[in-house]
Amino acid sequence: MNVSAPPPVAYFDHAATTLIYPEVVDAMVAQLSRLGNASSLHGSGRAARRVTEESRETVAAVLNARPSEVVFTSGGTESDNLAVKGFYWARRSADPRRTRILSTAIEHHAVLDPLDWLASDSGAEVELLPVDSNGRLDIDALRTAVDRDPDSVALITVMWANNEVGTLQPVDEVVSVAARHGIPVHTDAVQAMGQVPLDFAASGVDALTVTGHKIGGPFGVGALLLRREVELVALLHGGGQERDVRSGTIDAPAIVGFACAAEVAVKGQPQRAPALAALRDELVDGILDVIPDAQLNGAPGAGRLPGNAHLSFPGCEGDSLLMLLDAQGIECSTGSACSAGVPQASHVLLAMGKGESLARGSLRFSLGHTTTRADVVRVVAAIGPAVQRARAAGATSAQGNRA
Amino acid sequence: MKVLAAMSGGVDSAVAAARAHQAGHDVTGIHLALSRNPKSYRSGARGCCTIEDSNDARRAADMIGIPFYVWDLSERFHQDVVEDFMSEYSEGRTPNPCVRCNEKIKFAAVLDRAVALGFDAVVTGHYAQLETGTDGMVEMHRAVDHGKDQSYVLGVLTQDQLARSMFPLGDSTKDVVRAEAAGRGLFVAQKPDSHDICFIADGDTAGWLRDRLGAGSGAIVDTSGEVLGRHEGTFGFTIGQRRGLRIGKPASDGKPRYVLDIEPVSGRVTVGSREDLAVDELVGIRPRWCGTTPATELDCTVQLRAHGDGHRAVARVIGDEVRIELIDPASGVAPGQAAVIYAGTRVVGSATIATTRRRTPV
Repeated sequence: MNVSAPPPVAYFDHAATTLIYPEVVDAMVAQLSRLGNASSLHGSGRAARRVTEESRETVAAVLNARPSEVVFTSGGTESDNLAVKGFYWARRSADPRRTRILSTAIEHHAVLDPLDWLASDSGAEVELLPVDSNGRLDIDALRTAVDRDPDSVALITVMWANNEVGTLQPVDEVVSVAARHGIPVHTDAVQAMGQVPLDFAASGVDALTVTGHKIGGPFGVGALLLRREVELVALLHGGGQERDVRSGTIDAPAIVGFACAAEVAVKGQPQRAPALAALRDELVDGILDVIPDAQLNGAPGAGRLPGNAHLSFPGCEGDSLLMLLDAQGIECSTGSACSAGVPQASHVLLAMGKGESLARGSLRFSLGHTTTRADVVRVVAAIGPAVQRARAAGATSAQGNRA
Repeated sequence: MKVLAAMSGGVDSAVAAARAHQAGHDVTGIHLALSRNPKSYRSGARGCCTIEDSNDARRAADMIGIPFYVWDLSERFHQDVVEDFMSEYSEGRTPNPCVRCNEKIKFAAVLDRAVALGFDAVVTGHYAQLETGTDGMVEMHRAVDHGKDQSYVLGVLTQDQLARSMFPLGDSTKDVVRAEAAGRGLFVAQKPDSHDICFIADGDTAGWLRDRLGAGSGAIVDTSGEVLGRHEGTFGFTIGQRRGLRIGKPASDGKPRYVLDIEPVSGRVTVGSREDLAVDELVGIRPRWCGTTPATELDCTVQLRAHGDGHRAVARVIGDEVRIELIDPASGVAPGQAAVIYAGTRVVGSATIATTRRRTPV
């Protein structure tokens, strides 16, 4: 049985999750039937520990980190929470003046919500710095915010690439601003891994979030890359696993799968990225041909993830478009959704200065390792009639609102 | 047909969607998000607008095997239903927000959008029956289950709306629907029915209105104008109400007293006997006809509130108004409610009650 058969749909939601690689499934299945807790001292325990450490070395190698800098977690949300809360608590406890956290208005909710919580619960002063119309951090605004009172900054957290519009952030400049004052930097690189080159050591960041299921690995496993000398306050206390920063029984099968995917995704990146970018450009050009007033959001060309196309369709509700495309087996995303599944106007697009109605009329097409030219052709063929229908539906709402 | 099933998360709309699917229609399920803050709406079994209800609707759609989406109608709902509810009460009327929601949201905003997106009809779990008459017009009739009949709250639908509606439950009793839900493995089978107003989280309508419209305290007087007591807000009252008047002084005849009239500006609430409540004529405005407008006077039955009795009546259309003479007098008729006009089991149309004429003038 081939569990990794390509989906019978044109799948353009790789930024949400992507298909697991067959070799990952094989590696995980093999490990699932092996006995042993990696913390046990006997032979079975040592065997589980060995594959865990080999996996740690693999992840470290492909991201240019030291093995001891890889802290395995349950995924992106946990890694972001650990970094944001753990840095804040540790830095403030070392110096109570450090109450400010600087971030951007376009972070993922796995960063924004912990920041909100720290503000309301732990006295943090959170400053979400603006982005330009392409969704790129205004580095001068960051510099000004730091210079105002560098000693009060506990942490700077800026994502590597935005999950909605795909814009790459000036993380190297963030690091140089922070380094002058010894302020730690965290970056959420969940969307970047496997799409653009990532070099932990060269980046200069102190902590970096990655996750398995965005790179062809399993759900429920990821890592926080954390510089050796950094101390964080843990979120999970218990058996002291993972440098005592992340207690919990080592999930060897998941970690094996994550490491396998990391290797495949990162080693294949130099070939895959230009191919994806070419398909992405074909998709965008094709859509703009059919819908000339559609607008591409985010940075152009090399300033964005190769697999990301994010477009606004004036006069349409994004969720109408999504439904019409879904009915034809074309799967994409409207951006962020709340827990009830109600499409909210994206905070990213609003931060980029887009109006609420344009923000609600947007779709993200994210390409990945299964995307084919035939998929792109399907979207280009379907988008015209779908937009026409969605505009008619949007017009009924507009009439109702006037009445 | 390609149909859109509005799924509240309750048992009725789930079975309605399942029946439409089984009948061979191409069904897509949607849940209407009506609250701007879902946490503020009624939770669980009692309402229709919470995250839990949205999840229940999603699980029902999964089990039926149809696609499912959430549509955000919260802005429209707030404008057309919640604000209307407040303004009606502030003018001393007693609106029915479910009627308004059907008129403005489910069979208007949702239906229009559905049609534009390529759907032929909207399916709901309302208990009412649709039949195509010999003239090709769609007729709406009361449900087989008279206890559950919801034709009253659908009485505002026009022929165009009825022609694009499906009510698959109209021929069944609630017991049958629950049993069918259980048989289909829909776990919402035993979920209690929703009651009350979905956007008032704790069921305290008077308190909800007081928070938004101010107290409006005033005097409670009898029909002669004698002050019998005071009250903390007109919103606690509806015409025909007997309980909760808290008048210290008993009536001279020893009989219970009922709210006869509410004046929101002065805050004056007039009470009187049950006989004083009897209404024998009313005027309805904003009539909506399910088919053609009745040309002359119509011998009919009129229902004046949800789950109320039918009253024999004669209705006359005069310009933009409907004058309804009640052969069986009604008591406790509240302006703002819908008067729904039936010919036998068939809904002819409806109008919003504007004024009533008492047998005994107040």
